[in-house]
Amino acid sequence: MQVVKIVVTGPFSAGKTQFIQCISEIDVVATEKRISRAEERIKDHTTVAMDFGRITVAEDLVLYLFGTPGQRRFDFMWEILAEGMLGFVVLLDSVRPETFREARSILDTFRSYASVPYIVATNKQDLEDAWTPEDLRIALRIPPEIKVVPCVATDRESVQQVLLELLFSVLELMDEED
Amino acid sequence: MALKGNLRDFSTTQLLNLINLARKTGTLTIGTREAQARLCFKEGKLIYAMMDGQDDHLAAMLQQTGRITEEQARAIQTRADVKSDKELGLLLMNAGYVSKDDIVRSVRTCILNNVYPLFTWPDGTFRFESNVLPFEDRITIPIRLESVIMEGSRRLKEWERLQEELPSLDVALRFAERPDARLRDISLSVEEWRVVSFINPRNTARQIAQYNNMSDFQIRKIVYGLLQAGLIELVRPEGVAVSAPPGVPGQAPMAMRRPAVKRGVVERLISFFQRS
Repeated sequence: MQVVKIVVTGPFSAGKTQFIQCISEIDVVATEKRISRAEERIKDHTTVAMDFGRITVAEDLVLYLFGTPGQRRFDFMWEILAEGMLGFVVLLDSVRPETFREARSILDTFRSYASVPYIVATNKQDLEDAWTPEDLRIALRIPPEIKVVPCVATDRESVQQVLLELLFSVLELMDEED
Repeated sequence: MALKGNLRDFSTTQLLNLINLARKTGTLTIGTREAQARLCFKEGKLIYAMMDGQDDHLAAMLQQTGRITEEQARAIQTRADVKSDKELGLLLMNAGYVSKDDIVRSVRTCILNNVYPLFTWPDGTFRFESNVLPFEDRITIPIRLESVIMEGSRRLKEWERLQEELPSLDVALRFAERPDARLRDISLSVEEWRVVSFINPRNTARQIAQYNNMSDFQIRKIVYGLLQAGLIELVRPEGVAVSAPPGVPGQAPMAMRRPAVKRGVVERLISFFQRS
């Protein structure tokens, strides 16, 4: 049985758990805890260790999706989760500019863990105040060769498209090297 | 979609950089409890800027810049037959009071005087509305944002913000591959030219500071300005193995390596998602 691993990372409340929940064939194994800090109470629960989702592609091929905790105080999990990944998705909250700096820092951290392909998915594009993917590329100084794609983490098709774009990036890298 | 946020999270420098690179057209409104500014852009160039509560008619601008006297300005403003700034400009030129160059310089100076203080606003809500432009009767002057950003960055006093934006000085610099970014069109200070002369993927920002006897703050400020003006990019220093600690923003990326799975596996995953 071949297992392939993709990591979904991003700042607090970017929608990582939803992203995985939306596409996983199993109920996501979530390690959530109730949020106690007043300043972080934009949602009730947060991931403290990881989210885990699974997609069976064939009898001999399974895709694992790991979601990282968004809060810095749980970042000791990041490197563990990054081990052996095929690539990673950096999920942005397109309506909360206060998280962009953190998103850029997370992106740099993951790039330093493993030099694997990644893409940036701009979540919450269905909301009126969402910054466009083009603006987010400039705001976060994403290099031109990295894809920045729109995303709605509650929409299965959109999530599927993000994963496809990441896989295309992996394939493009393989083509370049062949 | 409107761009909304707070300067705490996305500074004036970053906003202008975004508007410049995305060649946006529209109006940016920045507000605090005390003041509100409106900046107008056309295809990524600043064309107008005003502070609420300020008289921004041409007569007031010419007076502010000393081209006409207070009495002349008052007399002009009381004339009911002059309907727009453009009309007034023509009238004043034809009467020989001012030249076209006087008008352009005055408007430009007033626009910039309204913009530069915004670089030091640490806080304030902003909203960019696409395709909304100032009143048609106003005289607008297209001003390249690279120069505005460079001057604005010179006024930055916040060490913390610079530290956040450029945490490591162990990065090298190279000129941006933007065909429209021309250094010779931008007014640089002597210190900035000194830094520019050392820009090379072999030199780190720290080394450039040492060559020029600059403090960390000085080099950060200059590099930040050049970066935000879209003139340079950060790169990994040539010939240096990157072992920077994780979590350091701005560090150069490692070259991507082929993942340890077979091509066939990736193709199967792709066709699975394309089918479902």
